[in-house]
Order: sequence, then structure tokens, then C-alpha cells
Amino acid sequence: MSFTEHAGRAAALFAVDPFGLGGVCLRSPAQPARERWLRLLRESLPEETPWRRIPSNIPPDRLLGDLDMAATLKAARPVAERGALAAADGGLVVIAMAERLGAHTASLLNGVIDSGQVRVPRSGVMIEHPARIGIVALDESEAAEDSTPSSLVDRLAIVLDLHDIDPRASVRSFRDRESIAAARRLLPLVRADREVLETLCGACAALGVSSPRIAWLALRAAKVCAALDERTNVSGNDLALAAQLVIAPRATQLPSEAMPRDEPSAQAPADESRDGEGASGPDTSHSDASAARVLAAARAAIPRGLLVRLESAHANRSRSPAAGRAGALRAAGKRGRPAGSRAASGRGRLHMVETLRAAAPWQKLRGGGSGERLRIASQDLREQRFKVRSPTLTIFAVDASGSSALNRLAEAKGAVEMMLAECYIRRDTVAVVAFRNSTAELVLPPTRSLVRAKRCLAGLPGGGGTPLAAALASVAALARQAQRRGETPTIVMLTDGRANVARRGAAGRAAAHADALAAARALPLCDALFIDSSPKPNPLAREIADAMKARYVALPHPGAGHLSGVVRAAASHAPLHRRGAGSSRARIHERRDRT
Amino acid sequence: MPRESRQNYPFSAIVGQEEMKLALICSAVDPAIGGVLVFGDRGTGKSTAVRAMAALLPPMRAMTECRYACDPDDADGWCDECRALGPRKKKPRMVPVPVIDLPLGITEDRVVGALDLERALSQGIKAFEPGLLARANRGFLYIDEVNLLEDHLVDLLIDVAASGENLVEREGLSVRHPARFVLIGSGNPEEGELRPQLLDRFGLSVEVKTPAELSERVAVIKRRDEFERDRGTFIETWRGADDKLRRRIVAARKRLREVVAEDAILEKAASLCMQLGTDGLRGELTMIRAARALASFEGARSVEVSHLRRIAPLALRHRLRRDPLDESDATARVERAVAESLAP
Repeated sequence: MSFTEHAGRAAALFAVDPFGLGGVCLRSPAQPARERWLRLLRESLPEETPWRRIPSNIPPDRLLGDLDMAATLKAARPVAERGALAAADGGLVVIAMAERLGAHTASLLNGVIDSGQVRVPRSGVMIEHPARIGIVALDESEAAEDSTPSSLVDRLAIVLDLHDIDPRASVRSFRDRESIAAARRLLPLVRADREVLETLCGACAALGVSSPRIAWLALRAAKVCAALDERTNVSGNDLALAAQLVIAPRATQLPSEAMPRDEPSAQAPADESRDGEGASGPDTSHSDASAARVLAAARAAIPRGLLVRLESAHANRSRSPAAGRAGALRAAGKRGRPAGSRAASGRGRLHMVETLRAAAPWQKLRGGGSGERLRIASQDLREQRFKVRSPTLTIFAVDASGSSALNRLAEAKGAVEMMLAECYIRRDTVAVVAFRNSTAELVLPPTRSLVRAKRCLAGLPGGGGTPLAAALASVAALARQAQRRGETPTIVMLTDGRANVARRGAAGRAAAHADALAAARALPLCDALFIDSSPKPNPLAREIADAMKARYVALPHPGAGHLSGVVRAAASHAPLHRRGAGSSRARIHERRDRT
Repeated sequence: MPRESRQNYPFSAIVGQEEMKLALICSAVDPAIGGVLVFGDRGTGKSTAVRAMAALLPPMRAMTECRYACDPDDADGWCDECRALGPRKKKPRMVPVPVIDLPLGITEDRVVGALDLERALSQGIKAFEPGLLARANRGFLYIDEVNLLEDHLVDLLIDVAASGENLVEREGLSVRHPARFVLIGSGNPEEGELRPQLLDRFGLSVEVKTPAELSERVAVIKRRDEFERDRGTFIETWRGADDKLRRRIVAARKRLREVVAEDAILEKAASLCMQLGTDGLRGELTMIRAARALASFEGARSVEVSHLRRIAPLALRHRLRRDPLDESDATARVERAVAESLAP
């Protein structure tokens, strides 16, 4: 089955049961193939199906509904207005740029997906609407960026990655609208026996997918697949497809049995018997659902990038992409949330409800009242306040090269854990980049979870060359990402500064040092701390620190406690120092000038 | 939210997750334990269990026409309006115990209450429209993904959960009303830590994990499949078990005061807490309270060491001082201490 057929099947499956399957996470840049897939999906649904596209920054009142201000004013009593989710009841909600969804918006969506209804208590009215919806989350994130909040992805049965699709390929319909409608009618009758459940749960376990919800969604997908084939019993083929669409994209490990290690593209998925050209009719030849075959199919569908990561030496550290970026996801929701209102200054956005609240008590005095025109005075005007937080992301770049690597790594690890543990960093996050040989690797994506930090930092390898330039480039990318999210990055370099691997991976100290200097100058403007761990202060390290505009500290034997102290002082992490964040930052600049 | 839809998954039908069920039952028997924090993997049925618990709670007596559902038998805890009116002639009404969802994105005025827009607009009257805290009075306040809650809401909850009273000062309103509720929180620890002050407000904490056994996993999916296929029949099938559980909870509540905790038990609890170095007395008090609730639920007349042993991890694991250099997690530390102090 080619990839385009795979995508076609996903569309047909989802069209049968959008609410039951929860949704599709469509990982793809904005490209014609994505538009074609969406069109195909739309054409597979009944004609009148609601289809609503919402932006990822949709405010809660538009999402769930609120008071209809015009009607409320006219009637002089609260009149509710439906939100986007209720308006899409029985249909689909397409979320544009879902990777930018805030954790809060995601949690509201999750509640509606779980319950199939919207309930919002508002002054005097309970806004209550059915909202049986399917979600299409358009996720345009690139590899290292935030992706759709994992709590939401956990509720969307299908994860489809169109990054590798042939841009000219036409995604064809796998079933027409009529047979999809027929499958929808047949679906409630489809049964799955215990063997089927065991196979699915076994596949989840073998691929390291722990959420029982995923096993449940895979079962649902397998049933839909059977219904599409006009059967009422789930077959091995159904399971294979469900495993590919639902379980495989979330794999965190490879099956432990000796699986054939074919290239994923070369390995034919388990349904050779189908030609994917809309062939219908019972297909019971595969009812001997063998777990191994389901696993093989799932393995073939594991995205290439993920497979490489899973097969690499550090497989045990990384989880699924969604789970792995959970720490950063939340940060995406921290930009400019509505946060109450204040008296209008004339520049902000008018907050209608609050303005009315302010005006209401005075209506009698001003001669207004029921049925009369509302009298609003200038002092009543309220404007929306937005809260833009600027949490700190501390990026540790740790030199894992050479003989002292293990020591340094251990100290950095200790410092990270201490910072997370001691400070209960509430909105601040920590990331770790380790560099050795020719590459820099993001070993701990931005997180504030101590649990994650401990897991990710366990057993970092050390030794090899010092690719300082690569490390600085990686740090710069991370810092820029943080700044885009409205965070304040702080960089902590922990190295002896002896670069010996140049940008393109070639060895040679001079070129490596020059490259490192260039990379250092290219860092975005932010606080930086350069900790020189060489036995004697190293002038080359100093040079790089200056190019980074970093504060230079020589710490020949940095202990974890000492290290976290220095970093805290620099980044004003400690809660006690929080209020004085500005001043302590100023202090750093001052010291920098003196050095 | 789907509580009123009467389509909840029955509590008795939840497969495994014994610790979570135990904690929820204990806090239903004695709300004074101070709530439950459920931390764990995704999709393990945390929300399902909390919502299922709502259906287990027997209805409670409440003052007629009181917006805070004041308890007719507890004059000390009455709101200002009930105090002003005094005991009423009308019979108290029976109301379900509220289990209120606090969604993450909610605004502060929805939580604490605000000026009643309708009455203000139509009648020009300045009246208070109660918020979620009022609706949660005498019931449960459930926060999913509690570790992602906005800071200003966390501050607010920390205060109200401790004082049992909601103070509103806004828009020219000055209102205070009782807001005693049991806090239930759930979340995924991979997404962030909880403020220690908020952590402390939870009486018990539970760690839920995906079942390791394949057979248990299969059972979870199978039950869910049955439920989704025919909710009515499924709920009917489990109604008997849920009713029985409800009767046990009611009986345990009645017996609660009669369950004794001998001095020897109190000493054991104290020495366990000292060994673990938990801050303050809250851990100890909660542990005794919860052990008493458990003993009562199981029909025992006194708290035994076995009760303490089962409750200790729930009551203490979130109160340990952090030791970043100790690799073992809190649960293991408590279990180690329990094995030493409370050996059978």
C-alpha cells in the first residue's frame, strides 16, 4: 500500500465515525497535498456536515459560547450565544496551526471531546449544547518545535504525517460517500472478540504505547475498518490498519522480538490482498489475526524520523514526539491570555461584559432602566487586559567531549535537577543540549518537570570531539524558539572551550575555533553564562564567551551545588529573587562590563 | 460536566486502579481528609473515576432557597443570608452533592463570582452572582490538569481551600460566603510540578499507572467497549454494585466517630512521620483521619496497623521534603519507612 493510499484510507475511516475516533492529527506543512486530503475528507462526509475552521488562539468565549452582547443589551437580560464547538455539532472542527494551541484551550477541547457537550455556566444562564465533534488538528510544527498538546493528541485516534508525501500525488478516495454512509450504519453492529482486544493491547505494549485510551481508539478504528468492508467482525487486516494509523505513530520503542529489520518503505504492510482501488466485499481470509503481523504492519508505519530515533542508542530516553515535547507545549499557551479588565485607557480592546457590569448599577441614577437605552459613561469603559508572561528558559549546553565529559555531565545533570527540585520553578523551564563528536543533541527539551529531567538525563554518553560551533548553533535555535514564544532564554555553556570540530564536522582546532566564534556572535540577544571548566582559565574560552556577550566564570571543578548557585544568581531563578528579576539582570550586565 | 447526563461510567466497573479508588472512597467517607490528588499517565481513567464517584455520593440536606446549599444542621457554617433569616419553617431540600469541574481556562470572576449582570441591567440592582466556589460548597471541586492551572487561580484556591470561605471584593461588591469543598486534582507529572502550597492542600495523593498486565489492559478496553456499545444496559448491570458501595459509604460515615485510634497507633503514625521528616503535623493528622475512614469503611471498630500501612503512602508521599540527590521516588521512600516502622 502506497503512502497516498494510506492517507486515503485514513480519510475514509475518519469520515465514517468522526466523533467516535475523536479526530485526526495531520502533521504537514501547508501544502497542496494537505488541502487535497482535507477536500477528500470533506467529500467523504454527508453534504450538510458542519465544517468549522478555528484559529489556535481562539478565546474561550468563542470556543464554548458566551453571552450574546447585542441580544443581551436589546433584551436587557442575558442571552446566550453558541460557540464554535457547539456550532459544529455533528461535524468537524479544523484547528489551524494546532501546534500553537495553548494547554488551556486544549483542556477545554478535551472536555468537550470527552463529554460530547458544551456546558458553560454564565451569569444567570447555563449555556448547554450538544457538541459531538471530530477534530482535525493541522500541525505544521517542524521537528524540533512544539507540537500539538499531547493531551489533545491522546484523544485523536489517527495521526497522519504528510511531510514525506509526494507533492504531486493525488490522494484518491478509498470509498465513495455512499459506502461510507453504509459503514456508518453498520458500525454499531461490529463486534470484536477477546482475541482482537488481546492483539491490540499486545501491540500497544510492544510498541511502548501506555495510554489505554490509544488501545481503545485503535479498537474503534479497527471496527470502522471492518464496517467499511461490510463485515461485522474485526479481522486481522482491520487490526493491522488500526495499528498503523493509531498506534504506530505514537511508538516509543520497537518490539523486542526479533522483527525483520527491513526498510520501512520496502516492507509491504499486511494487507497485500487489497488493491486499495475501492475493492469491497468480505475479506475474511485474514481472520487469523496474528499479533506478529499486526506488529509488523505497525512497525512499517512508524514514521521514519521516529524509527531512526528509536533505533539509536538513546532510544530509552525519548518518548513519542507528542509526549516528548509536553514541557514546551504548555509554554505555547503563555502568550497574551486575557486576564480580566481595567478601566479603559483608550488604547486597549473594549471588554463589553465588564463595561456593562460597570455601567449597570448606575442605570437608575442616570435615568435609564428596563427597556430604556443603556446609558454608558466614559468612566464605565473597561478594556481587556492581556497577560503576557515572560517565563525563563535556562538552556544548559554541556560539553560531553573528552575525558572530563562524565564529570561535567554529572554536574550539569545535578545542577538541572537541583534547579527544578529546589526552586519549584513554576513557569520557568530548563533544557539541556549535550555536544560531542560532531553533533549537538537536545537531550532534554524545555521542561519544568523533574520527573522528565531525571529520565532524560539518565545515562548520557560522553567522550569524543568538541563541536562548539554546532552546540552554539543548536542553542541559538532553541533560544530563538523560546523568544518567539515570549519566553526569556538564558544560556549556560559548560565547556573547556577547546573547540576541535568545525561546523561541517571536520577536525582542526583553528577552523573549529573560528566557526565557534562566528556561531557565538550569531546568538540572539539574551543573558548568557560561560562556565569554563578547564583546569586553568583558557583564553580561547574567554574569547568565545566575549563573542557570546556572556558572563565568563572560570570554575575548574564545578560541583552541582556550586553550579546551580552560579546559574541562579545569573538567571535570578530563585523565587525569592523573582521580584527583583530586573535588578539582578542589570547586575549581570554590570559585571559583564567590568570583566 | 457529563455528571448530569446520567451517562457516567459506573465506579464499580473501573478495572484495577485500587489505590485511586481507595483514596476517593476514603474522602467520600470523610471529606475532612482534604481531597485527593491523582497524578499519573494519560488515559488511565483519572477523570472517569472522579466523575463516577459523584454518582456514589448520597444526596445531602440543604437549606431551602440558599445559594450555597447551607447545611440545616450546621448553624456555625451558615452563610450570612441563612444567619440573617435564621432557621426556616420550610423543610430542607435534598440535593445531590455537587461535583464541580473547574476548567483551566476559566476566568477569575467565574470562579469567585461577580456582579449579576441580568439584575443589574434589568433592575439596576447591585447583586452578587455566585461563582464556581459557591456551587462547590459542601461538595467536590475537580480540577483536571491541575498542574497547568494559572497562577492567580492557584493563589485563590490555596486561600479558599484553607479558610473555607470565599471573600469577594470587586465591582463595589463586598461578599463573603462559605466555600468548603473537597479538592480533587488530576494531572500528568511529566508536564510540570505543583506548587508546594497547593500540594499541601490535598489530603491524599495517588499515583496511577497504566496496568502492566496484558490481561488487565484487555479487561479495561473490553469494559469500555461494552460501555460505549450500550451505556444503558452497562450502567444497569453495575447499578447493584454501585448501590452496595454507596450503602457502605453511608454506613461508614455514620460509624466514623465511633472508630477509635489507640495511642499506640498514634505513636506509630508519629514515628513514621518523624522518620520521613515530613513538614508539620498535617501529614500525621491526615494519615490518622484517612486510616480511620478506611477502618470505618471496612467495618473495623478501631484503626489497626494494617490500615496505617495501606494509607501511609497516600497520605505522605507528597509531603516529603525534596532530596534531589536521592534518586528513589517518594513512593519508594515511604514504603521503605513503612516497612521499617510498621512491620507486621
